[in-house]
Amino acid sequence: MTFLTQVLNGLSLGSIYALVALGYTMVYGIILLLNFAHGDIIMVGGYIAWIAMANLGLPPAIAAILAVIGCMALGVLIDKIAYAPLRDAPRLSILITAIGVSYFLENGGQLAFGAAAKVVPSFGDFGSIQLGDASLSGRAILTVLVTAAATAVLTFLVQKTKLGKAMRAVSEDMGAARLMGINVNNTISFTFAVGSALAGIGSVLYCMAYTQVTPTMGIMLGTKAFVAAVLGGIGSIPGAVIGGLIVGFAEVFVSAIGLSVWQDAVVFLLLIIVLVVKPTGLLGRPMTEKV
Amino acid sequence: MLNNVSRRQFLEVSGLVAAGLGLAGCGSSSSSDSGSSDGSIKVGVMGPLSGSVAQYGVACRDGALLYFKQVNADGGINGKQIETDVQDEKGDATEAVTVYNKLVEDGVTAIVGDVTSKPTIAVAQKSVEDNMPCVTSSATTADVISYGDNYFRACVTDPFQGKVMGDFAAKQGYKTVATIFDSGDDYASGVADAFKEECAAKGITVASEQGYASGATDFNAQLTAIIATNPDAILSSNYYQDDGMIVTQARQLGYKGVFLGADGWAGIVGGDQDYASTADLEGCFYCSSFVATNPDESVQKFIEDFKAEYNEAPTNFNALGYDAAAIVCAGLEAAEEKGGTPGSDDYKQAVIDGIAAAKVEGVTGTISYSGTGDPEKSTLVITFKDGTEEIFDTIEP
Repeated sequence: MTFLTQVLNGLSLGSIYALVALGYTMVYGIILLLNFAHGDIIMVGGYIAWIAMANLGLPPAIAAILAVIGCMALGVLIDKIAYAPLRDAPRLSILITAIGVSYFLENGGQLAFGAAAKVVPSFGDFGSIQLGDASLSGRAILTVLVTAAATAVLTFLVQKTKLGKAMRAVSEDMGAARLMGINVNNTISFTFAVGSALAGIGSVLYCMAYTQVTPTMGIMLGTKAFVAAVLGGIGSIPGAVIGGLIVGFAEVFVSAIGLSVWQDAVVFLLLIIVLVVKPTGLLGRPMTEKV
Repeated sequence: MLNNVSRRQFLEVSGLVAAGLGLAGCGSSSSSDSGSSDGSIKVGVMGPLSGSVAQYGVACRDGALLYFKQVNADGGINGKQIETDVQDEKGDATEAVTVYNKLVEDGVTAIVGDVTSKPTIAVAQKSVEDNMPCVTSSATTADVISYGDNYFRACVTDPFQGKVMGDFAAKQGYKTVATIFDSGDDYASGVADAFKEECAAKGITVASEQGYASGATDFNAQLTAIIATNPDAILSSNYYQDDGMIVTQARQLGYKGVFLGADGWAGIVGGDQDYASTADLEGCFYCSSFVATNPDESVQKFIEDFKAEYNEAPTNFNALGYDAAAIVCAGLEAAEEKGGTPGSDDYKQAVIDGIAAAKVEGVTGTISYSGTGDPEKSTLVITFKDGTEEIFDTIEP
């Protein structure tokens, strides 16, 4: 039953991409910023988990919570320091700032922790479920469940709460939202907090699966998740999840048929095809230019 | 930028020297700060000191600088102190050539470097023009020494290691094997290719070959495909960070067989952290020329000296850096005997001739050359027992 194992491999990998893609999508949805530092926030989350467990000897659950809170705080801090002063600047300036923040975090990580990978201690043995003759990793199943739960909570937050309504209003028209008495800056900070918390959850799941953190780990992870977000339609929450799963499945499928060298190429090829055929992504709304 | 980096690194080194030798050491080390003075020999040390492969560059630099420091403390070569010029090439081939040109401009007479295969090939191609004596500590790809007589290496080649592990697999009686390797890395794929050839020659079935793209962290798909062929052993011919993840993920997927590796595995345990758990690594094998548990006297003395200098245990790359510096010094000694001015063309040729004829008792084995830049040295097959590395077998050249 290699097939079933591969499906779970794809779901598990796709879930992590989906969580990261959600962060991209949320920030883009509200201030049209491609937050290129998002992948590096995951890196910081991984290091927080590592410090908490390997250096401070804290239990895995506490480490996971610290990682999520740390990522949240970092996301908000980055917004306040680097992006908020540029709120009314051209979008290109803020995009370049995002790239700068990304480099800052990567090199800062290297300065603080060195270039060598740090091994994150095990979060625990999640065992495996035997289904026929296929052995399904408990860790992979947990990853999928956590992502599903996070997506459900996020959807509820955006669609059913007052803050969610404010977020949607700001994304619709920042000026008008301000006139309606919505505190735009707080709403944006909140969006960063939620997106970064998802990155924190992603970093914990990442550490469980791949056990090592490096200062540069956020680059490829972030790029793939960005592809996932664009593929699904950037700005769309279900789109990010679907995009993440597509990217995860594509990678696992390509590797499973023995073409693993091509897995990155296939992911980016998928992106190109989607952009050519449906430039707004699978679930993206067509953009109407405001006059 | 480069100047700043090298000066900072120099300060770092002189700081360590100062810590080691006290005030007197501080005085003598700072004298080598300003340009080339009379009675000194200028040697370049280059490697990736920042970037994603920085750990190897830093390791080789530390090993090499320790050797040069010991030589200087013993009175230098022919009474001349060795002055090191340390440069960072960031793990990039273009940057490596730039750094090489800078070293040439600075007037070095020999270079310890480069460290990883791709940039070393670039430097090797360039350095032929200057007939610059270079000793790479750790660039194992076959091409490195093919461009001219000026390039030597302290380590053995990728194909050689693949062949050693193929022979070893036959000796262990494995019937089916598989390989998983970083197909974007000359080292990993070089070892895997030679391993595959040797296995085929010995009648072992290579059931599955799985490449992956550099920087990948998810190997579940490849490993699921490999495990489906039920191999006796899997060759993971990558660097230890990847190898650690591959072993861990394979065990999570239920693989119970043996893992084989090459010297990229050195450092997977025994450093400041283990890259795979004791249980997961038990009974796996890799080949290397250095292991800290080697009872050899010179190896143990090196380990002691290294710990005294850097306050950490040396790795394979530290040892290779140390030996690369020793090889350069053997060449310099021969050139000094002949006379001449360091930095001149005749002097460089004398260094090259000296290295070619040298027999260096290194900490990674006795190294000699027979007409090529490839060393003739013994290889150790190392196994894991209860989380420590043990020498399982020694393979003579």
